[in-house]
Amino acid sequence: MRRLIFLLPLLLFAALAGYFAFALISGRDPRELPSALLDKPAPDFDLPSLLPLGLTEGQRLSLAGLKGQVVVLNVFASWCAPCRVEHPLLLRLARQDKVHLVGIAYKDRPEDSRRFLAELGNPYRATGIDRDGRTGIDFGLYGVPETYVIDRQGHIRKRFVGPLSATLIDRELLPLLRQLERP
Amino acid sequence: MRTLLLLLLLMSPALMSPALAVQPDERLADPALETRARTLSRELRCVVCQNESIDESNAPLARDLRILLRQRLTAGDSDAQASAFLVARYGDFVLLRPPLRADTWLLWFGPFAVLLLGAGITVFALRRRAPASAAPLSAEEQARLDRLMREDAP
Repeated sequence: MRRLIFLLPLLLFAALAGYFAFALISGRDPRELPSALLDKPAPDFDLPSLLPLGLTEGQRLSLAGLKGQVVVLNVFASWCAPCRVEHPLLLRLARQDKVHLVGIAYKDRPEDSRRFLAELGNPYRATGIDRDGRTGIDFGLYGVPETYVIDRQGHIRKRFVGPLSATLIDRELLPLLRQLERP
Repeated sequence: MRTLLLLLLLMSPALMSPALAVQPDERLADPALETRARTLSRELRCVVCQNESIDESNAPLARDLRILLRQRLTAGDSDAQASAFLVARYGDFVLLRPPLRADTWLLWFGPFAVLLLGAGITVFALRRRAPASAAPLSAEEQARLDRLMREDAP
C-alpha cells in the first residue's frame, strides 16, 4: 500500500495530460464568450433596412416586427472575411422555408453591404443597417459574424460566435430550431 | 553632471506614458468627467483583445465602448451604473477585476487555500521526518561510556 503512493505523481500527470489533450482535441475556443443575454429578452432594436433587398422603402427591421416567430439573426459586414466563408451556408439555410433568417449589417456602408449581397446572393428576408454598431453592442457582439437564435417570445436562445459551419448548423442550429418551432 | 544624465536616462521609461489609444476627439471637455471615464475604462476589458482594458486597446469596438461610456457619464450615469450597462451586455467578463460573490469565492480565495494546503503538507512532512529524540542511556551504557572516556584521558 505504501509503495502505491509513488504512483501518485504519475496519476496526477496522467490526469493533467488527459485534461490538456481533451482541451486540445475538443476544439473549444477559450476566447469564445457565452452570451450574457442567453435566455434573456433580446435587446430592442429598430433599424433602417437595406434597400432594395426585401423590404419596401420606409420599412424597418425591428425586434417588435419579428415577434411571434423563431428568428435566426446573422450579423455580418462586407469588410469581414469569415462572413464570406459562411455565406454559402446561409444561402443554403435560407432555402429551407421554415427558417426565418434576417441580417444586420454591422458598421458597414449600406452601399458596401448591398454590393456584398449582390455579389454573393442575399439569404436574408430583411437586413437592418447598424451603421454605428450600437445595436451590436446591445447584443454583446464582439466580432463579426455572429449568429443569434431568437425564440417566439423574443428571447435569445443561442449565440454562435464566428462563422457557422455545416457541422454547427446540422448538429446545433437546426435541432434547436426544430425544438423551438414545436408549438 | 554625467550621473544626473544617466539617472534621467534610467528613469525615462517610468516617465514615458504608454501610447494612448484614447483619441483626442473622444475626450470630454469636462476634465472631471474625463478623469472618471479614464479611471472607469481602465477597469473594463476589451472583449476583442481580452487582455487589455478598453482604455489601452486600439480595437474599433474598444473605441466604440469608450465613446459609449463617455455618453453614459455625460448623461448623468454614476460609475456603477455605467459599468453595469456594459456588464448587462457583455457579462462579468468585461470587468477586469471580477466581483466578489458566492460563485467567485473559489477564484478569489482558491490560491490562498492551495497555499495553506501546501504549507500544511510541508509542516506535516517535516514533522514526520524529524528524528525521534534519542532515548536516554541505560545505566549499563552510561557505565560503558564513562569507562571509554576514562581510557581516552591521558
